[in-house]
Amino acid sequence: MTRSSTDGSADLEAVTAVLPRIRIGGERRAPAAAAASPSVAAVPREVVFQARGVGVSYGEKRAIAGVDLDIPRNLVTAIIGPSGCGKSTFLRSLNRMNDTVPGFRLDGQVLYHGHDVYGPGVDRVEVRRRIGMVFQKPNPFPKSIYDNVAWAPRNLGLREGLDARVERALRGAALWDEVKDRLKDSALGLSGGQQQRLCIARAIAIEPDVLLLDEPASALDPIATLAIEELMHTLKQRYTIVIVTHNMQQAARVADRTAFFSLDVSGSDRVGTLVEYDTTEMIFTRPADTRTRDYVTGRFG
Amino acid sequence: MGVRPSDRAGDTLLRGLCATAAVAVIAVMVDIAYQVLHGSHQALSKFGLGFLVHTTWRPNFDVFGAGSFLYGTIVSSLMALLIATPLAIAIALYLSLMAPRGVRSIVGSLVEMLAAVPSVVIGFWGILVLSPFVRDHLEPWLHGAFGFIPLFGPPQTTGSSTFTAGLILTIMVIPIIASVSRDLFDTVPQELQDGAAALGATRWEIVRGVILPSTASGVAAAAFLGLGRALGEAIAVTQVIGAGTGIHASLFATGDTLASRVANEFAGATSTLHTAAIFYAAAILLVIGLSTNLFAQWIGRRFDPSRLVAR
Amino acid sequence: MSTTEVDFTAPLVATGNLRRRHRVSRAAEGLALGSSVAAVAVLGIIVAYVVVHGAGALSLDFLTKEPSPGGGPGGGIAPAIVGTGLLVGVATVIAMPIGVLVAVYLTEFAGPAAARPIRLALDLLNGLPSIVVGLFVFGLLVVGKHQSGFAAAFALSIIMLPLIARSTQEMLGLVPRQLREAADALGVSRWRTVLTVVLPSAAGGIVTGTVLAVARAAGETAPLIFTSSIFGNRVTLDLLGTPIPNIPVQIFTLSETPDPSGYERAWGAAFVLLSFILVANIGARALLTRSRKKMGR
Repeated sequence: MTRSSTDGSADLEAVTAVLPRIRIGGERRAPAAAAASPSVAAVPREVVFQARGVGVSYGEKRAIAGVDLDIPRNLVTAIIGPSGCGKSTFLRSLNRMNDTVPGFRLDGQVLYHGHDVYGPGVDRVEVRRRIGMVFQKPNPFPKSIYDNVAWAPRNLGLREGLDARVERALRGAALWDEVKDRLKDSALGLSGGQQQRLCIARAIAIEPDVLLLDEPASALDPIATLAIEELMHTLKQRYTIVIVTHNMQQAARVADRTAFFSLDVSGSDRVGTLVEYDTTEMIFTRPADTRTRDYVTGRFG
Repeated sequence: MGVRPSDRAGDTLLRGLCATAAVAVIAVMVDIAYQVLHGSHQALSKFGLGFLVHTTWRPNFDVFGAGSFLYGTIVSSLMALLIATPLAIAIALYLSLMAPRGVRSIVGSLVEMLAAVPSVVIGFWGILVLSPFVRDHLEPWLHGAFGFIPLFGPPQTTGSSTFTAGLILTIMVIPIIASVSRDLFDTVPQELQDGAAALGATRWEIVRGVILPSTASGVAAAAFLGLGRALGEAIAVTQVIGAGTGIHASLFATGDTLASRVANEFAGATSTLHTAAIFYAAAILLVIGLSTNLFAQWIGRRFDPSRLVAR
Repeated sequence: MSTTEVDFTAPLVATGNLRRRHRVSRAAEGLALGSSVAAVAVLGIIVAYVVVHGAGALSLDFLTKEPSPGGGPGGGIAPAIVGTGLLVGVATVIAMPIGVLVAVYLTEFAGPAAARPIRLALDLLNGLPSIVVGLFVFGLLVVGKHQSGFAAAFALSIIMLPLIARSTQEMLGLVPRQLREAADALGVSRWRTVLTVVLPSAAGGIVTGTVLAVARAAGETAPLIFTSSIFGNRVTLDLLGTPIPNIPVQIFTLSETPDPSGYERAWGAAFVLLSFILVANIGARALLTRSRKKMGR
């Protein structure tokens, strides 16, 4: 399925219409539309996340170790790598979704706009309010489509203009036209791809800063996958996106930057590490590390 | 290769035995209903449905009406349900979502232990410990604070009251509702809770917005199971309710319930009509018990955890 | 237009209404914790009263002697202890085989159509007020005759039956399919499979369910009140002919008298009964955990 350009620009309008007035250091800055061009690697960009020697263990088992990574604003950053390399673990540690996992421990630092996400006095709920997440398997609530989207804004006390907010979010997730006549229907009646876009709508309804996407298309068919990928191009004008994917082509299609994680096997210990991080173009055309090359050329499973 | 005759005989025998046992279970259930209805026949034909509303129970004059017992049954059970359900849900939420691993299994077992305490022991404790406490502290205080509501009339001197019975029933149904609810909350998929947490929801918002709505019908079924238990409890209620007659607005008056009255008449009936009246009271209990049970199953069936997960 | 104005670069502390929402959440969590503490406290208070008062009444004589004539002070509850054991024992002998056979029928033989009414009957039996069961047996075996130990045991067996059937059925459901298939593949007949493979691997669950049912039956008063409540001080083996003394009814009648020395004996009896029930429950739970583990769950 290819989307006509008019459709795409309609979505773009929908998204830019809700662009927030974000104050950074007191100064108001509009998100740069030029951010989408691929040759921005050289331009110094504002950094949202800085991972400093991040290691995660669950009890005795180390999942990832020594990850250093800067994630820039308003770009799509992809994390790729073989299964079990700790991609999702890393992603979930960015908004403290691992906290409830028994035995979870984090070493190093995750800085978000310079603040330690795991620092003392940090409010986990506030972290997640700013850093939204969409999961591998669509997980809409067993509520109506409308209530799925309106739930978080209501919690936050954003009741004014709620209908408009829900519509904006659904338009932002390119779902509005498909569901506008059945907002009261159960979300569980939607197709898998629609459910996943609903989850994206749900996440952007509270206008977070960052969207973390954990293999958002892995449970979807190719057409639904394409819809999600196209969505990312419009979403990144507004949001900083980090996506975990095991699908290299997907990373190549959607990401501006790509981080390649791999399993470091030493003896019986298998720990996920960051092998290489660069622009997507470099990772896929001129990788510096042989392990990256083996992986992106398919010589490694 | 044919089946050995001994094996064929063994299979038939085992299947026959099992089927007989299964039929026996159904037969017992049917026979219970039959015996109780049959036993109440004489009273049923004499008093008809008026038995349910008349409040005079005088074995010596062969006059029987279970109206006040029915009233006492409903009031004490509803009171127990109103107090127990929120508490039990709170306990279940604590056990399912908040408690650390070790605490969870210990507190969970202790709550279930509460259900294992025999009703005669709870009732005896009720007579000697709870009743005096209720009479000296709880009832005067409630009467002082809310005396303008007829429910909280002047306390009686004995401490035996519908209110005390309601409290005893509360203690007895909490573990039932709590353990069923906890199992229900455990079925709410982690991915749904994660989805809510990732939207910047607090723990209570996750509970109120996701966990309670998705388990509501199951929790309602659990409450009905508890209600069935409370309606049918005889011994502990008999011990603390004071065997009063008549319908009183005040919870602090003595009262009686159907089950409690039936248990109280064990010393022996004065006439065949008396026996029939006891059976009639039990028949009402049977009907109420079976219908709450069936209703609980019906609502419970509408709760299907697999519905919570998107396919 | 209501757009959120959040300064994302601000420190990661509560913004907007979050502080208030946290307070609400903490209050709710506090109530949940408080309710749990209250439930445990109620159990603790009841057990403590029974232990403190019961221990005072406890002595070797109390456990081994008959009540003193006329119900006066002194004497023990030995007949009631033995009687409860006897009644529950007979009830178990009736309920356990039937319960297990019903469970086997449900898991091994019955199709969905046949299973439904049986499950329903078990659920209804389980939800039946026990006083109704008592009155049923009264009408069936006592009216026109006299109370008897057998009538009491029969009533208790009706209480136990659904408990045993259900826990056995749950355990049989956990027996891995492969075990049955392996037996089928070897050409082992059904009854041999059930007796030598299925039932033995579910033995832990059957025993657990039975112990729990025994604990439940031992404390039941309502079914006995019409069937074995007017008893003397002797336990006889003439189950069909005489009512049998038992602890629950003993506590019940003692609790209905205004005699303080009776209360002391009632506490003592409650202590004996509650200890047995709690120990049986804890034991059954431990056993269940072990046998679940053995079945790989």
